[in-house]
Amino acid sequence: MSVSVSELMKTPLNAAHRALNAKMVDFGGWDMPVQYPAGILAEHEAVRTRAGLFDVSHMGEIRVKGPGALALVEHLTPNAVSKLAIGQVHYTAFLYENGTFVDDLLVYREGEEEFLLVVNAGNSDKDFAWVQQHAPAFDCTVVNESPATGQIALQGPLSLDILQPLTKTPLDPIGYYFFTHGEVAGLKCLISRTGYTGEDGFELYCAAGDTEKLWNAVMAAGTPKGLLPAGLGCRNTLRLECKMALYGHEIDDTIHALEAGLGWIVKLDKGDFMGRDALLAAKAAPAPRKLVGFKTLEKRDIARDHMPVVQDGKQIGFVTSAAPSPTCGINLGLAYVPTELAKVGGRIQIEIRGRAVDADIIPTPFYKRAK
Amino acid sequence: MFPADLKYTKDHEWLKPAGDGTALVGITHYAQDALGDVVFVDLPEVGETFEAGEEFGTVESVKTVSELNMPVGGEVLEANATLADHPEAVNEDPYGKGWMVKIKLAGDLSGLLDAKAYEALVGAESH
Repeated sequence: MSVSVSELMKTPLNAAHRALNAKMVDFGGWDMPVQYPAGILAEHEAVRTRAGLFDVSHMGEIRVKGPGALALVEHLTPNAVSKLAIGQVHYTAFLYENGTFVDDLLVYREGEEEFLLVVNAGNSDKDFAWVQQHAPAFDCTVVNESPATGQIALQGPLSLDILQPLTKTPLDPIGYYFFTHGEVAGLKCLISRTGYTGEDGFELYCAAGDTEKLWNAVMAAGTPKGLLPAGLGCRNTLRLECKMALYGHEIDDTIHALEAGLGWIVKLDKGDFMGRDALLAAKAAPAPRKLVGFKTLEKRDIARDHMPVVQDGKQIGFVTSAAPSPTCGINLGLAYVPTELAKVGGRIQIEIRGRAVDADIIPTPFYKRAK
Repeated sequence: MFPADLKYTKDHEWLKPAGDGTALVGITHYAQDALGDVVFVDLPEVGETFEAGEEFGTVESVKTVSELNMPVGGEVLEANATLADHPEAVNEDPYGKGWMVKIKLAGDLSGLLDAKAYEALVGAESH
């Protein structure tokens, strides 16, 4: 350990996590809970069957506002921002000119000329600098609201039942990937029906100083219904089962949006944007590699992040994320493999501690909730 | 947390001598807590022999994997078969039902830590 705990950044909920006896880890420079005493399996199961509450205050928030705001966000991201209604949110990315990732993010349309961009904690400073660097050509202001903003994510099938008694805002009419503003437990919030777990749920953004009150209110309302505080450990297994990308794993500055399987956020016909030329060229030529889902065949063969995919003793690809899946009961993962091998039903080999073990390519997402 | 009748390694294994030249081996409470939920324990076959410090298996949790190293040299007399279906025993009862192998001791125990020395080591790591 080179960084002492005192040098790590802390969210407004740091004391609350410690009071809950969370196991804390260094996550991209943030002192964050990886799990609470219940453990990753119990927290994962709570989110799939009841509800879990996550601290995601470490995420970055960038507000872009002004007559040129729409044009700036259209320029910086591949998804069709002009199609967003006020109160709607979508998943997208910041891309370099070569089509690889600066980061992935959510874009919230707050008004005709106002957008809230929610980015990864570890990339927050880089992202803010990236937006600032491109903003001068557009008539808009760019504000980093991260330090002033807290965020918690209530995820799981009981989320609506737990949250509704705490707010006068009718929650049921908020569609998936829509949001509104309202009060929760008397505290001003942006209430967003989004998440990173594959379950129904709400992400609540509030003033940093209100975060602990909001957390405590939701915990109190949810605990009788089986809500558990949930850490980064189960956040990772939950998102992996749903094949949701994680920066530094499935996506980074060496991987472009199409090979990552994120063609659905790339609207090549929307007009010019950063990375469009490279992605047009990539679309014309067959991609040499593709992201696939796999399961290993033996219980003892548990692949992990960054392990090599091998063929005849040579590395031909790599695992991006892998873990024993709590919901599916199998050892699964995601990997980049040569396109000619990237077929469901095909077999690949993964090198696990010096042993090449068989894995089958299977359909993704590994888990999908019943509607 | 640190039973006095056990010997410990700095890699967080424990060894419990039976007094008849055999001993049980497992991982400590500190180790299981650091790993989190254990989902699989890969153990050796009966009859395999290992040197002190040699890897004899692995323990996999949801988030990570850790090598199991033999506290002293010895031959495996038995591997804990119940861990195949109940790996959670390592978390729930690391010094009891979560034992991993029974060995015939081939070396002496003088290189191992007693409970006090292990407690001091773990205290130093967690602060």
